[in-house]
Amino acid sequence: MKQPSRMPRRAFITSMASSAGVLLAGCSQTDPPTYGHVLRMGDLLTYKAHRLLLPAQSLAREYDYADISSVPAIGTTNPSGHKEHGPVYERLLANRFADWRLPVEGSVARPLAFSLDELKRMPSRTQITRHTCEEGWSAIAQWTGVPLRSVLESAGIRSTARFVQFYAYDGWVDGIDMLDALHPQTILAYGMNGRDLPISHGAPLRARVETQLGYKSTKFLRRIVVTDHFDDHGARGFIQNGWSWYAGI
Amino acid sequence: MASFTALALSGFFILMVHPRLYWGHVGNDLTPALLTLPISNNYRPEELQSRMVFTEVPGAPVTAERNFHIFNQNGWARSLHFLAAWILVGIGAIYVALGVSSGHVKRDLLPSGRELSPRSLLQDLRNHFSPRVGSAGVGPPYGLLQKLAYTSVMFVVLPLMVATGLTMSPAVTAAYPILLDVFGGYQTARTIHFFGFTVLVLFLIVHVAMVIATGFSRQLRAMTWGSEQ
Repeated sequence: MKQPSRMPRRAFITSMASSAGVLLAGCSQTDPPTYGHVLRMGDLLTYKAHRLLLPAQSLAREYDYADISSVPAIGTTNPSGHKEHGPVYERLLANRFADWRLPVEGSVARPLAFSLDELKRMPSRTQITRHTCEEGWSAIAQWTGVPLRSVLESAGIRSTARFVQFYAYDGWVDGIDMLDALHPQTILAYGMNGRDLPISHGAPLRARVETQLGYKSTKFLRRIVVTDHFDDHGARGFIQNGWSWYAGI
Repeated sequence: MASFTALALSGFFILMVHPRLYWGHVGNDLTPALLTLPISNNYRPEELQSRMVFTEVPGAPVTAERNFHIFNQNGWARSLHFLAAWILVGIGAIYVALGVSSGHVKRDLLPSGRELSPRSLLQDLRNHFSPRVGSAGVGPPYGLLQKLAYTSVMFVVLPLMVATGLTMSPAVTAAYPILLDVFGGYQTARTIHFFGFTVLVLFLIVHVAMVIATGFSRQLRAMTWGSEQ
């Protein structure tokens, strides 16, 4: 009987070791940076694999009204105490956000600032979706808001635009790529479970990014900026604090 | 082995952040759990503040604020978990492809129908508990229980870990919602993922114990560089 050969295995091990470097290819300004950090390279691989393999614009599951569940509010539950924006937020809150404006600027043809009423007058979308927190818990809630796409289109997205950055009253800064920004379920929500968005859940307006983990759905929106290049937001951004920027996981 | 250890350790850290397991689509600090594990102090329901109901209907969903600090190392833990998963899935795919094409899986790993009789199963089980260890050679032929352990880990538990892992991804389940139906929800997938983790850690402990019992350096050389016989 012929013995199975052991030699191809040795040749295989040696060749694998020498070709591992090929995987560490460079990246452009339209990719999240890795800073040469191996974990960020893994994050980039996951992001690229999702964008390559998953059909774009698939809708996240929408649930029934009866599925709506209890939901904890975590992170910032009231930005009034924030050193920089807290006093402004408190003033806006006292006036029930009548003076609140959302500037939409950056790589757009016509920079605009929306009032809450203007956003509410635009065609709305209501969706009952699952909030998936990075911590491991989940909750189902009904969200009502205006598709981010409509807001961006009314400001006129430039053809060079690649990312949308969210700035919040609690100092939170984050961004998503244009594919998620134009997703039909990515909305700027002002309503939750048939009521005005509670303060603890991000009043007066929060993002809902249903194809990513909960932390990408920025609460307490203050400003939206469209950019042509990736913005890591420096020391305040996710990446430099050791978190994955892409959280479609 | 390094990937496996990285996955197990980072997985444990991730679980510590929310040490409760549920069944279905939903589960959080305001809903009942299937299992609450005493591995961190993150679950403190009595410290949640400003409880508020959404409607006045009895049993209606509520919200409450969590304003205390929790243990959370998910930044590096989840990124490490995925990096190790990519590596392990890559190695696993190569191993299975080589194993099937070389006939290793069919010849050495899958138990033959004759072997699977209750009598030979019992015999192999009895042999494992006899004091006489060290008789096992290196590499194939494998024992019956050994074959069953290897094949179930390779073709049942590990694929299940990948599938339940993917079911926890909002982007993947948007593209393939069937995953949510197959496992019965995000939280069910998470719970099955935890049970799979338990099985794999037990397998690893037994596997390493058997390798040590039958000659550590001899077995390790045979597994990596190939045996000289």
